[in-house]
Amino acid sequence: MSKYIPIIGLEVHVELKTKSKMFCGCSADYFGKEPNTHTCPVCLGLPGALPIPNKQAIEWCIKIALALGCEINLFSKFDRKNYFYHDLPKGYQISQYDLPFGTKGSIVLSNGKTIGITRVHMEEDTGKLSHHETNGVKTSLVDFNRSGVPLVEIVTEPDFHDAKDVVEYLQMLRSIVRYLDVSNADMEKGDMRLEPNISLSTDPTKLPNYKVEVKNINSFRFVDKAIAYEIKRHEEILERGETPIQETRGWNENKNATFSQRVKEEANDYRYFPEPDIPPIRHTQEAIDELKKTLPELQTEKIARFTKEYSLPAIKAEILTREKSRADEFENAVKLGQEKGISPEQIANMIINRPDDLEIHVNNTIHVEALLQRVELENKREEISEEELKLVIQKVIADNPKAVEDYKSGKESVIMFLVGQCMRAIGRKVDANIVKQSLIKALT
Amino acid sequence: MKINIPHIAKLANLEITRDQEEVFEKQLSEVLTHIEKLHEVDTTGVHETSQVTGLENIEREDKTTDSFTQEEALSQTKNATNGSFVVKGIFENE
Amino acid sequence: MNNFTNLTIKTAREKLDKKEFSSVELTKYYLEQIKKHNDRLNAFITITEHEALTMAEKADEKIHNGESTPLLGIPLALKDIYVTKGIKTTAASKVLENYVGHYDGTVVKKLKDAGVVILGKTNLDAWAHGSSGENSDFGPTKNPYNTDYVPGGSSSGSPTAVAADMALAASGTDTGGSIRLPASFCNVVGLKPTYGRVSRYGVIAMASSLDSIGHFTKTVEDNALYLQASAGGDPMDATTPPVAVPDYSEKLDHGVKGLKIGVPKEYFIEGLDPKVRELTEKALSWYQSQGAKLVEVSLPHTKYAIEVYYIIQTAEVSSNLARYTGVRYGDERSVFGDEAKRRIMLGTYVLSAGYYDAFYKKAMQVRTLLIKDVKDAFEKVDVMITPASPTLPWKLGEKTTDPLSMYLSDIFTVHANLVGIPGLSVPIGFVDGLPVGMQILGPHFKEDLLYQVGNAFEKEHPFWMERPVL
Repeated sequence: MSKYIPIIGLEVHVELKTKSKMFCGCSADYFGKEPNTHTCPVCLGLPGALPIPNKQAIEWCIKIALALGCEINLFSKFDRKNYFYHDLPKGYQISQYDLPFGTKGSIVLSNGKTIGITRVHMEEDTGKLSHHETNGVKTSLVDFNRSGVPLVEIVTEPDFHDAKDVVEYLQMLRSIVRYLDVSNADMEKGDMRLEPNISLSTDPTKLPNYKVEVKNINSFRFVDKAIAYEIKRHEEILERGETPIQETRGWNENKNATFSQRVKEEANDYRYFPEPDIPPIRHTQEAIDELKKTLPELQTEKIARFTKEYSLPAIKAEILTREKSRADEFENAVKLGQEKGISPEQIANMIINRPDDLEIHVNNTIHVEALLQRVELENKREEISEEELKLVIQKVIADNPKAVEDYKSGKESVIMFLVGQCMRAIGRKVDANIVKQSLIKALT
Repeated sequence: MKINIPHIAKLANLEITRDQEEVFEKQLSEVLTHIEKLHEVDTTGVHETSQVTGLENIEREDKTTDSFTQEEALSQTKNATNGSFVVKGIFENE
Repeated sequence: MNNFTNLTIKTAREKLDKKEFSSVELTKYYLEQIKKHNDRLNAFITITEHEALTMAEKADEKIHNGESTPLLGIPLALKDIYVTKGIKTTAASKVLENYVGHYDGTVVKKLKDAGVVILGKTNLDAWAHGSSGENSDFGPTKNPYNTDYVPGGSSSGSPTAVAADMALAASGTDTGGSIRLPASFCNVVGLKPTYGRVSRYGVIAMASSLDSIGHFTKTVEDNALYLQASAGGDPMDATTPPVAVPDYSEKLDHGVKGLKIGVPKEYFIEGLDPKVRELTEKALSWYQSQGAKLVEVSLPHTKYAIEVYYIIQTAEVSSNLARYTGVRYGDERSVFGDEAKRRIMLGTYVLSAGYYDAFYKKAMQVRTLLIKDVKDAFEKVDVMITPASPTLPWKLGEKTTDPLSMYLSDIFTVHANLVGIPGLSVPIGFVDGLPVGMQILGPHFKEDLLYQVGNAFEKEHPFWMERPVL
């Protein structure tokens, strides 16, 4: 056991799935589109252009904050975060500084640990840079289609002490935004960008005097790896009696390593100030209460209810509730199954254990009727012990040497004939599939 | 009032020559000294005004409007390739 | 050729309707005037002859079809800080020397819809940074009444064009006095409307919380017509309150009897040119003689207004000019002139870590006190009258090496921008052949009252008819 305790906090950026961008009417559906075809004076940062905030995006940001148990600032505003980067057309990002929409929330992990949510705020995405090298000259190309797409930033307290918890938190967060139906949270498309900050301490009650941020990771697995990499790196530095440099690092997925991007001396002084182009936002407590009522039952709540109401083991409840639509299908099937005397667990098993059954799983949705029929059918089947089955198979093999030989020489269709022989010998309705599998095993 | 011209210039993404540095330092220090007069005003408990319209909650519905064509977007740049703006290589992945 | 020298928007419209001349003829006259005087005055950066004639032809067609709207066929000029689609938009900076606007802003659209003729884009202090017009990267504009003197800035070319008969009227912007001061230096009427009265969308931002979009005209009456066509809420500008737009011409002739005119004592101080003071007091006496009541008022924080202004303005400038990197349009940042660099640096400094509270936050707090001063004053009076500038126009080059003294020339005008109230500059006479103007300040959205007060004076003192000799 290491004498160092990892202290980890997390910043997550979630892209919302609004129709239009945060401050202009350009389509926010930019993924895979021709570069610079979703731009206008506002998101291209042209002279004289002015931002108008997207009402839907603000509402969704507040919904996320509410789902994370945050307090909502009834008076809020936008601020300018000033820094220069080629993907930032205005030379500042419109964000929120001292009055974010949500503060002081929390999330409880399955092990009972509480992770504090520091803040949930609204901002705009940047353009996208791609790096090229032609004739030894390095250039970057900029596409502003993503510029101005609404982004919600969720910041945690440094409450994590291991990567496993971080990953669970991320899964929960992804589940929440999907349940709220405010983001596709598609990692492949960069809808969620993850930035852990890591340091090591010998005293869990004291924050170390340094912090390393790893920027823009786009998969949970890489977060796990990056944290492990950093913990090891810090340990080695600390063991030498030195302190890791406070800096921002990137993740190189090919090398499975982090690399230095910016040290603190160069750290930006963002010169935040209130955005003069956008009047402040004020909400009434009543409006927030109303919004809170529209929140759907979230995954953790569903898991608790499923285990209680349907007597499902937690693991199965968790699987069934990963997608809200799946959970809904399950409950629908349970309701219909009740009249037929089918138990919730049987339905759960059918959904979970037969992911490849194309009659039940149609286009990523559950065909409820087919599912119930299948359960009914299986309910009618009678049991057969392994011993009895073994004896029957031995007898059928002995009685049909020709068919066995044909099978072994590659004529696989003969297997159905042999299954039929077995079924007849058993003389009861048993699962033909089980018979088939055992028969194949016996023949090889 | 001293002003660290190179540091501020870096933040402001401006290149300032040595000669300019001296002139600017003198001029800006003079202005800053003048501005410091503000500190004699008692502002205890006075709220901050960043806007004067008194407006709140000016928002738009989530509706899309027309965007520029790629050609329009790129019409004023000196350097475009493959439908994109071109900038000097920024940082390598290592 | 007709004599167009004393035409106003009002009279030109009547004559256009009566077919005494066409919009094309009128446009050609102004284009001729521009060609004649621009080398000397440097009022225009871009002359849009071709577009102007096309617009004039269209206007004539509409007039022929019996249309008669207040600005139809009227040749105007735009400060070259209004973004114009397909027309160069430079902000008088080398950074945008070759920038052709991607789009038309809201006011430009409104003016086009109103059937105006755009003659060209006028000169200014680059990025609207300055009080004299000398900070233009394309050379200073000269005062048409004496070309050794500055016309005032930052909107230097627009009032010069109106005074020198190179346009019938022109648009400007006012962030700290950039309409009112040059109007007073050029013997024209200039309005800085209430903040948010006219959309800022499509006008290159200087300081977003201070910028007002207004116009220069020969007469107060014309100014009302111009504002009428440009005012109103805009879904593209979140800072335009949905206040109904009144008929700005309605109260023009209501006189001043019984009005209470505030005279802020902090404006009649040492440093105010005695001759400017004399003319202002003369105007005030005239108002009194017409039945207005003069009331001394106090705006106790006036002496801090310029400090607050130079913190807030430069902070916003530093952020607003960050987009000019030469990647998407324009040239790179090294091309910025010294004044832009100074303001960017100062603004960056006052916002930077460790200084924000001492400067920016403090300025925002004192801004609150300045607002309260004005609110208190308007509880006692209907309008306030002050000089528009503490001095007469100065000689070219006189203040260019001393930014601080240049900054101080805005001391009478910045207060209105910090508070957001409207201010109207109206000519009140000449000193040694150089024009002097007064500033009429009113409560938010009371532009009609300012026009009423200004028009009363102008009708009895038509200084605008004293044209410069060129």
